[in-house]
Amino acid sequence: MSPERENHDQEQEIKPAKSEKEIQAKAEKPIKEKAEKPEKPDKEIEVKEKTEKPEKAEKQVKEKREKPEQEAKPVHKMVVSSSPHMFADTSIPKIMWTVNLTLLPAVLFAVYHFGLPAFKTLLAGALSAVIFEAATQKFMKKPITVKDGSAFLCGLLLAMCLPPAVPLFIPIVGSFIAIVVAKHAFGGLGYNIFNPAHIGRAALMVSWPVLMTTWTTMQTVVDTTTSATPLNILKMQGYEALIQTFGSNSELYKALFVGFRNGSIGETSVILLALGGLFLIYKRYIDWVVPVTMIATVGILTWLFGPQGWGSGDPLFHMMAGGLIIGAFFMATDMVTTPITRKGKLIFAAGAGALTVLIRLVGGYPEGVCYSILLMNCVTPLIDRYIQPALYGRK
Amino acid sequence: MLGKNKWGIHPDTHKTSTEGKPIESNALPGRVILPVSQHIGAPAVPLVKKGDLVKKGQLIAEGQAPVSSHLHATISGKVLEVADHPHPTLGKNPAIVIESDGLDEWAEGLPTERDWKSLDKAEILAIIKNAGIVGLGGATFPTYVKLSPPADNPIDTLIINGAECEPFLTSDHRMMLEYSERVATGILILKKVLGVENVALGIEDNKMNAVKAMGEALAGTGVKVMAVPTRYPQGAEKTLIRTLTNREVPSGKLPLSVGVVVQNVGTAMAVCDAVRNGLPLIERIVTVSGSAIAEPKNLKLRIGTSFAEAIAQSGGFKTPPEKLIMGGPFMGVTQYTPEVPIIKGANGILAFTHEDINDGPEAPCIRCGQCLDACPMGLNPSMLSILGERSFVEEALNEYHLLDCMECGCCAFVCPAKRRIVHYIRYSKKMAAPKGGK
Repeated sequence: MSPERENHDQEQEIKPAKSEKEIQAKAEKPIKEKAEKPEKPDKEIEVKEKTEKPEKAEKQVKEKREKPEQEAKPVHKMVVSSSPHMFADTSIPKIMWTVNLTLLPAVLFAVYHFGLPAFKTLLAGALSAVIFEAATQKFMKKPITVKDGSAFLCGLLLAMCLPPAVPLFIPIVGSFIAIVVAKHAFGGLGYNIFNPAHIGRAALMVSWPVLMTTWTTMQTVVDTTTSATPLNILKMQGYEALIQTFGSNSELYKALFVGFRNGSIGETSVILLALGGLFLIYKRYIDWVVPVTMIATVGILTWLFGPQGWGSGDPLFHMMAGGLIIGAFFMATDMVTTPITRKGKLIFAAGAGALTVLIRLVGGYPEGVCYSILLMNCVTPLIDRYIQPALYGRK
Repeated sequence: MLGKNKWGIHPDTHKTSTEGKPIESNALPGRVILPVSQHIGAPAVPLVKKGDLVKKGQLIAEGQAPVSSHLHATISGKVLEVADHPHPTLGKNPAIVIESDGLDEWAEGLPTERDWKSLDKAEILAIIKNAGIVGLGGATFPTYVKLSPPADNPIDTLIINGAECEPFLTSDHRMMLEYSERVATGILILKKVLGVENVALGIEDNKMNAVKAMGEALAGTGVKVMAVPTRYPQGAEKTLIRTLTNREVPSGKLPLSVGVVVQNVGTAMAVCDAVRNGLPLIERIVTVSGSAIAEPKNLKLRIGTSFAEAIAQSGGFKTPPEKLIMGGPFMGVTQYTPEVPIIKGANGILAFTHEDINDGPEAPCIRCGQCLDACPMGLNPSMLSILGERSFVEEALNEYHLLDCMECGCCAFVCPAKRRIVHYIRYSKKMAAPKGGK
């Protein structure tokens, strides 16, 4: 039926009504004009024009709105378009700002925990990301979409993955790389291959390795003797030293769970990040499969490959340490850069978890969440190509 | 449950404005416009010309092709013209226009009471064909064709579709409440024609009063009245078959291939009227609703009544509508003029304001995957829309199962980027179709 339907898939005027009453009724109605699609003279062209949408159509609407009174008598026009004619109350800004909001508890805790420098870094990261996005879009003569919250989210996540007291140029340069290079050079929201925030962080890591690994002492824990992160201590001094630093195993877990430990600004509080993530799962913006698989993979592998052989690891520590929680709930669930099917998401999360463990236990860096997610971003298109949803009627 | 069990969407049903209102049959239309193409298949061939006098129920156009349908005068009066006229789905199309003489006289021999139980299968089929009955759920496929499966294709199940899953529409709901007996008789006639034992009537569980009414009307007949979960598109043929029988119609095949025939409740009632009372299909029940309508109603209207007249009977427009739709909000067809007539498949007239539609500017796909969860066919609408946008028809066809899409609109509904996914899919389908073909 559809080919026939499309024969008049365009806007047309209402023909003059047959009865006088109706003409009067229409004359009284306010003029309303709208166009969704470019007008088309014949089918051949119609087919091509349909693919170039909104900018053009919107321009037309604007033009029409500016000079609507050209017809001899007011004619009420109606929109003719393809179905459906009903849309859910959802939008990209709604999703993005909700994600921003779920990060708020962790952000507030970070500011309390690390003090003013952390606040400045977060602010600089988020705001500069918004400014860079607006500038890029203006430069590329694209519609400016900073209000959708995606640039803010990108800048905020980037800043949350930085040490607390970096110089202010660090989050700004990071946001520049994230927004301009990793996002807009690839075509903007929806087209980027890599998680922009993690690209920003990776670029900063290789450019300013010292600044990016200088962990200042925390405000709230005055007697901490070391200014290293738990994973740093593990890498440099071993597991025993780690337990000694925190006093006991349970003290270590408590510090990780609540967040009173050193680390990047936004990654420290497991409980607050997980609460934000749970809200996103409840809203169905992210799939629970991703964080669960990724964290479980890290837990199982670190337990298996422990320092004293099979099964001697400390999975609880590894599952809560470093950037795993923020990565699993907020980075590995990024819609644009991860697979679209649930099965694909599962593969992505397991892969990211395994790579994290590989880097933590074998690699040179103490933490590997950022690189493991970026590496899995590379194979996302491949996963999407081979993992397809279960079709009706093709058993 | 087999296959994908997470599918479909739960939009606001918006049925409360009309579901409690009895069907009204108001004044006769002064004029009816009867397009000769009201069904799937070849157009009917007009048998009358300008100036002819016709009676209600008289055959005025004959379906001559193997797949076609007869057309009857729906009022008595004079043929004004046989000419092109705006059509709800086909642009401008030939139509027979009749001006009422105000008498509303039946053609000779109508109505005729018959004892349908004494008729055999071939006789019933002939009556259904001669009454011009097509699928009244909206698909308008000629019913007698659907009831004549090839001999080598055994049918074991008849499903009657009373799901009415489209928001706003309540015509089938009211019909099942008010004309339970006629619907029930129609179901029994269909059962006899197909010679099947297994008959199920599926009604969405937001219409429990209809489930009860039909259950009482069908008590002791062996027809199962099933309440199915309210979920769009539950009433689509393929999804209803899956829900009621756990069978899945293979890709590219008809429900016949899994031994199932699906008929709408409205079709069942029309079959009853034709077989038991000798009446051709000349009227149907239409829901007139939407925020732009002053008094939303369920109306019994003669086929050929103009939308404008139906809207006037519903209090007219409260505000100028942004869209005027024939059918439901998900699969309905927008109209450019209220002068189009009601055709056999028109189950609703919806006048929507912007608040009803709630669309917005389109953005690129952010790959959130909500369309994949919503798709009842298990497709990847995200990818289909991206391929359609770039005219990659081959890939959509061969790797993403373009032709499996039934255009139910779930994907576009849930899309946070407000992408017109169904539009891209239709475009791809049209590009993929051989030139000149359908």
